Amino acid sequence: MDQHESNAEPKPFEVTRRTVVETGTTALLLATLPRAALAGPVDDNEPPPPPVTVELRINGRPHSLTLDSRTTLLDALREHLVLTGSKKGCDHGQCGACTVLIEGRRINSCLTLAVMHDGQSVTTIEGLAEGDNLHPLQAAFVEHEGFQCGYCTSGQICSAIGMLAESRRGMPSYVTEDLTQPAAELTDAEIRERMSGNICRCAAYPNIVAAIKQAAGTPT
Amino acid sequence: MKAFTYQRADSTTQAAAAAIKPGAKIIAGGTNLLDLMKLQIETPSALVDINRLPLDKIEEAPDGGLRIGALVRNSDLAADPRVRQRYGVLSRALLAGASAQLRNKATTGGNLLQRTRCYYFYDVTKPCNKRNPGSGCAALAGFNRIHAILGASDHCIATHPSDMAVAMRALDANVETVNREGDTNVIPIAEFHRLPGTTPEIETSLKPGAIITAVTLPPPPQGVQVYRKVRDRASYAFALVSVAAIVDSTRSRIRSARLAFGGLASKPWRVAQAEQRLADAPANTAAFNAAANAVLEGARGFGGNDFKIPLTRRTLHGVLAEMTRT
Repeated sequence: MDQHESNAEPKPFEVTRRTVVETGTTALLLATLPRAALAGPVDDNEPPPPPVTVELRINGRPHSLTLDSRTTLLDALREHLVLTGSKKGCDHGQCGACTVLIEGRRINSCLTLAVMHDGQSVTTIEGLAEGDNLHPLQAAFVEHEGFQCGYCTSGQICSAIGMLAESRRGMPSYVTEDLTQPAAELTDAEIRERMSGNICRCAAYPNIVAAIKQAAGTPT
Repeated sequence: MKAFTYQRADSTTQAAAAAIKPGAKIIAGGTNLLDLMKLQIETPSALVDINRLPLDKIEEAPDGGLRIGALVRNSDLAADPRVRQRYGVLSRALLAGASAQLRNKATTGGNLLQRTRCYYFYDVTKPCNKRNPGSGCAALAGFNRIHAILGASDHCIATHPSDMAVAMRALDANVETVNREGDTNVIPIAEFHRLPGTTPEIETSLKPGAIITAVTLPPPPQGVQVYRKVRDRASYAFALVSVAAIVDSTRSRIRSARLAFGGLASKPWRVAQAEQRLADAPANTAAFNAAANAVLEGARGFGGNDFKIPLTRRTLHGVLAEMTRT
């Protein structure tokens, strides 16, 4: 079993061989910063709470983490596992850049604690491609240029995967005309409403809608 | 975020026993609580996680209604076929709230207990009687576009932000609770949220240590159900004004109407007099006006939110006209 141990105590200069191999230099730079500097506001005048242990299955691989109980799922992914594809935009659940899938359902990883998901499976943007084969939504975003700066893109794509699964299950949206019908066709209006939790400050929305529309017709 | 101990509850009574301790807070979806904890507006010393409790079922009630477990996620409640068929106003209200990601996390009980989005409640550098009792209310003479026009006091003019609760108010829902002794209690939704008065920090009639276990809906009333939400952008925004309406009408005559409003007060706003003026009344402008007058009796703007008074009137007109169009 592949285990990734992490401690609540900041160990700024501890870098394992695997971390280096897996993440490259940019992520390595992040990994060497003291975690307290990255993990959001903490009160330095008080002792840390007792650490908690969390087992998470992330992109199919089990991870065992020992964390400060305050660690959000987003910070656990980015700062402890160096899975920096999930982005911290607002850190308050307003932008959607941190969207990941838990047991296949899309959520804002900034507004949940890692410890609350002990034993659950998490899918991030890093877990979508199979080798060099992009996930159909990733390929569609490239084809339709569903981004400019790209900061919201991983959240948009994870959100779209969750959205298409919701749609296949027949879940309605606010713009669904007849709630008593089992499934609504994914019109542009439906896609826009269902994706409204993901903000794109470059306003690539028309291209995002086009990419999702194309991928919706692609078996995944 | 302030340090806290984390505990996972194994039973509702155990959760209630843990939650009654000073500084303890229950966490379910956490989408509002964690947001507030990051800003140190909420600073619990202990978090009691109830997510693994078996409170996530929607069941048929013996009276023909529904019993909704406190941990049913907003998205699952909105998508439930029984809710969509029989309580369309609730499904539509839920779908009008927040984003799909937040609805996947947010729970039925937590939605009722979410705090106001008043800017000054969130800004810890400003006075706020709700956050810091006795410090004053910065919204009274501040930016108060989103604030209350009904039921407010000189101590607080915050609104309750829930859409779900507005639909539940129109449906006469009941909130079921349990305490650490296992005693259950039922609070009608009308009495669940409180007006601010001189104690805006007390927002609900939930007793300390009591935990919401379910919300029950009586059998659906006769009539068409509509939820209309007016907001600054088309999606993913809180209501300036919202209306949950259930209207039973025939040939341009209204038999009965239920009207609950969001965005106007610290609780879903429902006025019996307004509904009486529509009972067995012609579906015309005069009747709609009479109902709006009753809803808005005592309404008062604070500058930035004066527009809500005519907006409420127009929204109600629009909804009633649409629902009674033959």
